[in-house]
Amino acid sequence: MLDTQEVERLDVSAVNSARNRQPLYAKRKKIFPKKAEGQFRRFKWLVMLVTLGIYYLTPWIRWDRGPYAPDQAVLVDLANRRFYFFFIEIWPQEFYFVAGLLVMAGFGLFLVTSSVGRAWCGYTCPQTVWVDLFLTVEGFIEGDRNARIKLDQAPWSAGKIGRRTIKHAVWLVIAVLTGGAWIFYFADAPTLLGNFLTGQAAPIAYITVAVLTATTYVFGGLMREQVCTYMCPWPRIQAAMLDEHSLTVTYNDWRGEPRSRHAKKAQAMGQPVGDCVDCNACVAVCPMGIDIRDGQQLECITCALCIDACDSVMTKVGKERGLISYATLADYNHNMALATDPGTGAIDPTRVHGPDGKLKDGFAHYHLRKILRPRTLLYFGAWSLVGLLLLYGLLTRDRLQVNVLHDRNPQYVTLSDGSIRNGFTVKLLNMIPEPRTILVELDGLDGAGMTLVGREEPEARSFAVEVEPDRLKTLKIYVRQPAEKVSGTAQSFRFVVQDKSSFESDTYTATFEAPEKSR
Amino acid sequence: MSEKHIDEFSGVSTTGHEWDGIRELDNPMPRWWVWTYYITIVWALGYVIAYPAWPLISDATKGVLNWSSRTEIRNELAAAEAAKADYVAAVAAKSVDEILADDNLRTFATAAGAASFKVNCVQCHGSGATGSKGFPNLNDDDWLWGGKITDIAQTIAHGIRFAADPDTRVSDMPSFADTLEPAQIAAVASFAASLSGLPHDAAKAEAGKSLFADNCASCHGEAGKGNREMGAPDLTDAIALYVASEADIERQIRTPMNGVMPAWQGRLGETAVKELATYVYSLGGGEQ
Repeated sequence: MLDTQEVERLDVSAVNSARNRQPLYAKRKKIFPKKAEGQFRRFKWLVMLVTLGIYYLTPWIRWDRGPYAPDQAVLVDLANRRFYFFFIEIWPQEFYFVAGLLVMAGFGLFLVTSSVGRAWCGYTCPQTVWVDLFLTVEGFIEGDRNARIKLDQAPWSAGKIGRRTIKHAVWLVIAVLTGGAWIFYFADAPTLLGNFLTGQAAPIAYITVAVLTATTYVFGGLMREQVCTYMCPWPRIQAAMLDEHSLTVTYNDWRGEPRSRHAKKAQAMGQPVGDCVDCNACVAVCPMGIDIRDGQQLECITCALCIDACDSVMTKVGKERGLISYATLADYNHNMALATDPGTGAIDPTRVHGPDGKLKDGFAHYHLRKILRPRTLLYFGAWSLVGLLLLYGLLTRDRLQVNVLHDRNPQYVTLSDGSIRNGFTVKLLNMIPEPRTILVELDGLDGAGMTLVGREEPEARSFAVEVEPDRLKTLKIYVRQPAEKVSGTAQSFRFVVQDKSSFESDTYTATFEAPEKSR
Repeated sequence: MSEKHIDEFSGVSTTGHEWDGIRELDNPMPRWWVWTYYITIVWALGYVIAYPAWPLISDATKGVLNWSSRTEIRNELAAAEAAKADYVAAVAAKSVDEILADDNLRTFATAAGAASFKVNCVQCHGSGATGSKGFPNLNDDDWLWGGKITDIAQTIAHGIRFAADPDTRVSDMPSFADTLEPAQIAAVASFAASLSGLPHDAAKAEAGKSLFADNCASCHGEAGKGNREMGAPDLTDAIALYVASEADIERQIRTPMNGVMPAWQGRLGETAVKELATYVYSLGGGEQ
């Protein structure tokens, strides 16, 4: 076994730990997170690559929809009130699909949080991803933790000004690119880029980029962890979704305590010694400025970088990894009960480790099978149900619709031959990006015929109308019924609209109004 | 009371007041709050200089921007007028038939006409242009003076029996109270009722037939089909302005009602009349 003295003890204090919490009006203490290395850091690089990739590249994906619709795969076309997502096109009245996705996002958050804890915060939240990116830039320009602290404390010099200028310039470039990428979701990306660079884009594009540049720079570069701790409501909400079987980043003090910087000496003196060598590596890498060994805290975003930091130290000193690990409260309590001496009520390291230094039987950092439990299954069920309903809705939705509005004033008109006429505003919705010929027919209403305002055609029971691709067409239709056929003051009949080529159809049940006595 | 007192728990000085042993900490305001406060003061100073602010006896200070809500609404109205100026000019320049033939212009004129209709015409013709007894329904296909758009425009422009306009449409249904005996009037009324299928006394109607030919056919025609040249209504159709029964017809023959419609060209101008005509034409009864 290596001597614990070989592990460098870092001079660091967890500035945001509850013990060190400052008065309300104190100035923020800066955090200089050390670069971590290990499996979770590698996973976070991957997540950063994927999420940033999705964000920056999505608007540039092309998707052919034919000559009558834009060919951008993901496009929120506010001007024309259309939302395109690959093969899906949504009209404003179909916004429930978006609402459904939000419900799914809600259940998804419940599911993820109750099973693997604040994984959203730790890996995929834009704030986390961008702060990580900004910290990487900072480390690249100013060096790792110690170099940054030294630079921060150094008096202003040409070198310091130079490094700081470069850092903020790079941050601003990232911020501009972040704000810049956002606008491409709302217009044809290549066209907008050209217009944007030549100063011909709409003012709102420049304003949006300016606002998002400012928020990215301020939140990601300057405020960092304060956004999570003070501004974001998620930590409070997510805390309510955790239970004793949710995975959280946990310091396993049942094997770590009593911590000791001089384990050999203490062991020689016969004192109990835990696995924690009190090297503060976990504190140094924490981007939130807390000490995970204080237990679960509101500030912890479970980025798991302290696990990486601790694991590399444990490997170095030849101890089992996982002193800090993903664990559930149930696992922790189970282990804690085993490790505690019932007599003294204190942790007894001899109860934890065998003579070979391995953990004794019964101890385990976590039990993954607990992820499958009624609560998570219920969330998964609800999440899937909403998803299936959305899918069903998507596959069965109408792409040809008709809406009918009966004239209210007058409800009916008696014509000179005694026949009764009702006026209707009929709206045909051709919801596909192709021109269509729609057949409008009267169904029911004995003897009645209709005329289309603006078309000099004889009265008929059906006529064909050309509807532009992806557009709504409003028709004014007069329906007339001869006096002798009128039966009752309110007769029900149907407008049937059909596309003869695709066999799509829709109907609208309308009412034909007539005076009590018609002549 | 006034000496500096430091709270022993928080290390913060107190305001120096004490109420039954309770002291108030003199924490500073948060900096963001204080700065916001200063900014509002600066903003207020700028506002007072730029905008109307200080009330005077009959007015208020103008402010260097010389802004007022009245100027603003005036500008907005002017902008709205300017936005539709091209259409208005086109309506003014073209005839009603040309307006009908141009889809865009027709849409504009119909909307503009609907607006003026709601201000000037609904008092008699109703908000849905359905009229009422004595006031024609403009939705149907029965026209006293003609249903072509040019006829409608002429009626709106110069009115009906409107003495002040020399070009007004004039006709007069005379009273037959002195010319015909009461029994004869009743017989003519029965015949007239029979023309449009109203309930009537068949024997009397037969008797009234020749009386109708002698006294009424000169205006209403041999078959009672009316004559638009003189606004004589068609007595055979299902629509009547004043009458709904044999008794009504009898009364109309004895003491006829002759409706008056004012002339609008002088009040609204030629363009508005064209717009109104387009709107009325669009209501469903317009004739080619």
